[in-house]
Amino acid sequence: MDMLAWSAVELAAKIKQKEVTVKEAVDAIFSRIEEKEKDLNCYVTLEKEKALKKAEEVQKKIDDGTLTGALAGVPVAVKDNMCTEGILTTCSSKILSNFIPTYNAEAVSALERAGAVMIGKTNMDEFAMGSTTETSAYGETKNPWNENHVPGGSSGGSAAAVAAGECFFALGSDTGGSIRQPASFCGVVGMKPTYGTVSRYGLIAYGSSLDQIGPLTKNVEDCAAVMEIIASHDKKDSTSLKREDTDFTSALKEDVKGLRIGIPRDYFGDGLDGEVRAAVLAAADALKEQGAVVEEFDLSLVEYAIPAYYTIASAEASSNLERFDGVKYGYRTEQFEGLHHMYKKTRSEGFGAEVKRRIMLGSFVLSSGYYDAYYLKALRTKALIKKAFDQAFEKYDMILGPVAPTTAPGLGKSLSDPLKMYLGDIYTISVNLAGLPGISVPCGKDQKGLPVGLQLIGDCFGEKKLLRAAYTYEKMRGDFGIPAFGKGE
Amino acid sequence: MAKQYETVIGLEVHVELATKTKIFCGCSTAFGGAPNTHTCPVCTGMPGSLPVLNKQVVEYAMAVGLAANCTITEYCKFDRKNYFYPDNPQNYQISQLYLPICRNGGIEIETETGKKTVGIHEIHMEEDAGKLIHDDWEDCSLVDYNRSGVPLIEIVSEPDMRNAQEVIAYLEKLRLIIQYLGASDCKLQEGSMRADVNLSVRERGAEQFGTRTEMKNLNSFKAIARAIEGERERQIDLLESGETVVQETRRWDDAKECSYAMRSKEDAQDYRYFPEPDLPPVRIDEEWIRQVRAKQPEFRTEKMARYKEEFGIPDYDIEILTNSKHLADLFEAATALSGQPKKVSNWLMGETMRLLKEKEMEPEEIRFSPENLAKLIGLTDTKQINNTVAKEVFEAVFETDVDPEKYVEEKGLKTVNDEGALRAAVEKVIADNPQSVEDYRNGKEKAIGFLVGQTMKAMKGKAEPGMVNRLLKELL
Repeated sequence: MDMLAWSAVELAAKIKQKEVTVKEAVDAIFSRIEEKEKDLNCYVTLEKEKALKKAEEVQKKIDDGTLTGALAGVPVAVKDNMCTEGILTTCSSKILSNFIPTYNAEAVSALERAGAVMIGKTNMDEFAMGSTTETSAYGETKNPWNENHVPGGSSGGSAAAVAAGECFFALGSDTGGSIRQPASFCGVVGMKPTYGTVSRYGLIAYGSSLDQIGPLTKNVEDCAAVMEIIASHDKKDSTSLKREDTDFTSALKEDVKGLRIGIPRDYFGDGLDGEVRAAVLAAADALKEQGAVVEEFDLSLVEYAIPAYYTIASAEASSNLERFDGVKYGYRTEQFEGLHHMYKKTRSEGFGAEVKRRIMLGSFVLSSGYYDAYYLKALRTKALIKKAFDQAFEKYDMILGPVAPTTAPGLGKSLSDPLKMYLGDIYTISVNLAGLPGISVPCGKDQKGLPVGLQLIGDCFGEKKLLRAAYTYEKMRGDFGIPAFGKGE
Repeated sequence: MAKQYETVIGLEVHVELATKTKIFCGCSTAFGGAPNTHTCPVCTGMPGSLPVLNKQVVEYAMAVGLAANCTITEYCKFDRKNYFYPDNPQNYQISQLYLPICRNGGIEIETETGKKTVGIHEIHMEEDAGKLIHDDWEDCSLVDYNRSGVPLIEIVSEPDMRNAQEVIAYLEKLRLIIQYLGASDCKLQEGSMRADVNLSVRERGAEQFGTRTEMKNLNSFKAIARAIEGERERQIDLLESGETVVQETRRWDDAKECSYAMRSKEDAQDYRYFPEPDLPPVRIDEEWIRQVRAKQPEFRTEKMARYKEEFGIPDYDIEILTNSKHLADLFEAATALSGQPKKVSNWLMGETMRLLKEKEMEPEEIRFSPENLAKLIGLTDTKQINNTVAKEVFEAVFETDVDPEKYVEEKGLKTVNDEGALRAAVEKVIADNPQSVEDYRNGKEKAIGFLVGQTMKAMKGKAEPGMVNRLLKELL
């Protein structure tokens, strides 16, 4: 019995049928972690004892019938920018190297209520700033498909852990592609929900108007099951939406007949790797064969998304990260003379280079005399991008394209040229600017054997359509053979 | 010939709102808790915490805005004001810059020189900061976040005032409106109302404003008046000696009656304001405005008219009573209980005012209940105590809100109405004071006063003076 070959939903079903216990599932995960973690470094913190204790509690509740959910008893990993009560939460930064929250992020509480067992906190780019998980203060995470490559980022630890079988599913967060892009690089499914669908309470903010928590899973069915648990209105988050349509698993049907899919020509221009292009277009053809109506169109404004995104996200980040000052919690420099020196030294020592770059960028675009020229202009661009999508969704049910221009880059190839790294976000960030849902589904591999992801973008509240199309495609595609399934690779 | 100068003054008034909970979380706003006990992840700026707007804050701000004849902004938004300081846990304050809740209002004031309207530029909502306490023993600073997140409104006037009287009249009017609304107790000494004075001078007749300064740390109306006078003179002296006024923030030292510069415009911070992404815009529709308007209380002018009509008490009394919401409430409640408006008014206008003055208290600080004032009036009405005793009892009521009935009982202060006992006392006084008796009988009317006094003394004040008088005359 290779438990690791099961999806999260399958595992929960087998636990319910008493074929396997929650403890056995947790043990299996930890023996896998023992085997792989020293090479991959998916986690910042592991909580084996707490997980085993939790497993016992959950097992009792499953046995007495109080826990019946689709993911009860399933081991889950949580990105280290979500607060976990009594458990170290670092954002992969030195500045939070000793921060233990007294509260759970709402999404973490939702998983707990559903009986999922948290096993640890996954590595990420520091404060979710980066596309490779190399900006972490706790070492880079490696791609389970090829350890010489990055897993993507910023939710690289979560994606790699799912792909490597170091957990059954994971939570990530997506501000500009941080769930979809690592999902694509690691050959797993990742969804960024409509802004406001999942509570941001307890998610340590990067770009507040863009951040969304979402699932990273082995397949589309798991993705829908996780979405069903974490999507809910939360009074603690004023940007949280009241949605009635959160029965996401009801959308798992093999049916795309008549579905109108638009392919933006702008997404297939220069800079897109040939192998990625071929794999994505092949996936589009597959959907067409199943009865979807697929056509090309011009989305426009695509080239303005990156400057608008880096202006808005950095501006918000520069303010959101002000609270890390050495006064109340987290790292404080050892020697200083006076308050301002303490602030400066603490933050100089506590933040990494990429975080400092974005704080400086954000402070600059908000400063007096530049606000109108940069920040306000970026907000207007954001509104125009939303309008361009609105127009597209008058004609199409969803938009299909690549997740990233290339497959996972090699380790150490990205950070030396940040601008080039930023350009890698071109297909994902518009989705955040417009607040839309997007899903990344594995659709092929390049010659090196590295996964390629297919991105489907929906209109606001269009998650169910995305899940239906992704589910249909996945069934046609067949087993993707992620490393988690079977130990052989 | 010496130049004539005109002073131009605008005010920024911060008012702490009387909500039970903070502006963005459910923590208590109560004073006096042990440090950091009225706190949670939101008001201590913990990572991942998010603000949720207290609806009552919006309604108080709207109510003040409507009372000050402002336009209510249909979509108002919050902005972040970024600056590093340990009392500010997020290192940004959530405030309103671009779209404040109220704009373009004005209130009418009256001074010796007549009536005028002071314009209100805007009213915006924001959060208060925590408090820094320096520990000299350990040589470190400690932060108490109990005040962090307490709701404030800032009321920004137009530069429409020209002297200290107008400023005081404006502040008193504003305070009264807000107290009538119940939106704040507006105590300057305790900081629930704070005024910063923006002041410039210009030659009389000039069209341009002079360079202004902002004066902070003004803790009483008297300090405000002194600071205005001091700053006016300082600026005129500068101009007269050919120097220029520097745009800066100054701190008033009321003990030394002078101010010193805190920071100039050059080193003013760049607050990098931008829209608060964690709070969606607040949509205020006509219906909401209508509801808040419908809940507006009776303001002073209406109350004055009603008192005249309903209670028939003198205009002077009405003027004093309605100048404090608390006093007016006390008056109405005690009147409702006793049915004696004039007597209630007399106690408030007379003894109450005397004791307030003696103890340097504001009417808002009165602690006795209308029930006990009404009971005291009942005791005098039924002649159970005389006026002298009543004053003594009232002092106890004023001090500790005692029940006058119990107090009179316990201290044995009741008037003796037993004519037999009184007659015996009078007879003894007559017998003991033959000289005065003779004087009276020889036509010295005044001598009876002495005999009344002696009888009262013998009765330990518990006799009804009219009765004593009658008995004395009868027996003499």
